[in-house]
Amino acid sequence: MSNKRPLRVAVTAAALIIATLLFVYPFWWMLVNSLNTAAEVFGPPALLPKSWRFENYAEIFRVQPFARHILNTLLVAGVGTIGNVLVSALSGYAFARLRFPGRGFLYVLLLTALMMPIEVIIVPLFFQMRGWGLSDSLYPLMLIPIFGAQGAFSAFMFRQFFLTVPMELEEAARLDGLSYLGTFRHIMLPIAKPVASSAAILAFLATWNTYLEPLVFTTSVQQYTLPLSLSNFNDSYGEPQWHLQMAATALSIIPIMVVYMIFQEKVRDAMVNSGVKG
Amino acid sequence: MKHSLTARRNAAMEAMAGYAFILPQVLGFILIVLVPLINVFVFSLHNRNMLFGTNIFIGLDNYARLLTDGLFVQSLKNTLVFSLLLVPINVIAALLMALYLGEAGFGSRYIRAIIFLPVVTSGVAWAIVWKYLLQGGTAGPVNWFLAQLGIAGPNWLNEKGWAMLSVVFNRVLKNLGTNVLIFYGAVMNMPGEVVEAARIDGAHGFSMFRWIKAPLLMPTILMVTIVTVIGSMRVFDTIKLMTDGGPEGSTMVMVYYVYHKAFRTFETGYAAAIATVLFAIVLTLTIAQWVLRKRVTHYEQ
Repeated sequence: MSNKRPLRVAVTAAALIIATLLFVYPFWWMLVNSLNTAAEVFGPPALLPKSWRFENYAEIFRVQPFARHILNTLLVAGVGTIGNVLVSALSGYAFARLRFPGRGFLYVLLLTALMMPIEVIIVPLFFQMRGWGLSDSLYPLMLIPIFGAQGAFSAFMFRQFFLTVPMELEEAARLDGLSYLGTFRHIMLPIAKPVASSAAILAFLATWNTYLEPLVFTTSVQQYTLPLSLSNFNDSYGEPQWHLQMAATALSIIPIMVVYMIFQEKVRDAMVNSGVKG
Repeated sequence: MKHSLTARRNAAMEAMAGYAFILPQVLGFILIVLVPLINVFVFSLHNRNMLFGTNIFIGLDNYARLLTDGLFVQSLKNTLVFSLLLVPINVIAALLMALYLGEAGFGSRYIRAIIFLPVVTSGVAWAIVWKYLLQGGTAGPVNWFLAQLGIAGPNWLNEKGWAMLSVVFNRVLKNLGTNVLIFYGAVMNMPGEVVEAARIDGAHGFSMFRWIKAPLLMPTILMVTIVTVIGSMRVFDTIKLMTDGGPEGSTMVMVYYVYHKAFRTFETGYAAAIATVLFAIVLTLTIAQWVLRKRVTHYEQ
């Protein structure tokens, strides 16, 4: 027993160091170099910035319309998330609780969206959006998380939840004279808050982080979202300006990190469950 | 009589409400998913070029061209290699970490928190940072670190073979957290009495894993594997940003090739044919996943 203890300590220490190097150091490196000059980035890696150049964080707003990119991303993620939750809560409730002809068929049809990653349909979708006069705009980026695979997945989560709610609750509401919409709004939606927040977390992260859609649907720099903007900090030779890129990347990650730190358990539950069920 | 009339009216009202509630989602699904999906097939049967504005029906010619297109075959092969590397590494590493975290006292909470940092980060940010960490020569911190150990690291992203390993490594780190936590949940849900009984019977270490834990975890392992395979088919941002498909097309995967053909060389019809093949692969895997889930839940009951 006694010679097993040092081994255990060594294994634990090794695990902690390796995990920190792989999962924390990259972020630390990013933060450090976001406060360096372009030349200092290329020096041997250091644990602290050399010149503490906070100016980088101001400069990223000058070389690109970065404030606009932040706003665009907030707008797309905000509208996409709210739309996603509202639309899928309605349909998830109906598919679970209201009886109407064709319900089973329509539900299965909707779930096929889960099998259709955006990568498969993006080419015709591009032409369709152009036909609707929506090319080089943020609208496609908002519509896709609401009605694409992400929306179908939220509807699936809501339906699963509403199936478990006892019938008496809405029967009582109906007897009290509430309409179907009233029952949904005042009785069912409030008790579905945990599902709504899971759906919202997943939709928000997906829209905040997505890259292919803005790459395809936007062309002018004014319409970029953050992921596209980050990859665009290049000098006139097309070489990345690492120090600015790191400052911009840090700024784009920080809001997500803060949200994650506050709602750690909730975020992990949402993503882990989606991994098991989706 | 009067009663059944009210009942029928109520049923009609309920159906109306039901249709109204699902209308936004179903309508949106038809317009944003179903119509484009049908159009992928339609496009793939046409010689469609965005630049020249051509749009001629050519039947299955695009599919015939796929067979003779060296780049397509390579992208198919690259996707396969990417998957075959990523999936086992990801699943085995995640499983080992979950088993470790299930036993570990000190530091377990910390590791569970930090392995999720890349999961919530955008693939773009994660790729950009690692692109620099993996710079060639001694400029990149990874090679600097190796140099301290007396090892001359390769030019990770610009040498064939290493480039593929690098993007796989990046992708594994990015998504490992989800799988670790899924396995961790399964490990913590293993019936304690069974594990304890086996321990009393002398099962330890590998024999414990092989005969007790692995069978208990098998349904989860299968599910995680398929979900990870499907995810690996869709890789794009990591490749686009870290290697741009290079060197010499050695990391050019299918989604990258779709994007390239549709929006760089503007061969829309041909790109749609590639997307159709991708769709067939993802569809097959998803159906496998659904069948498996049915069997797994059946088994659990």
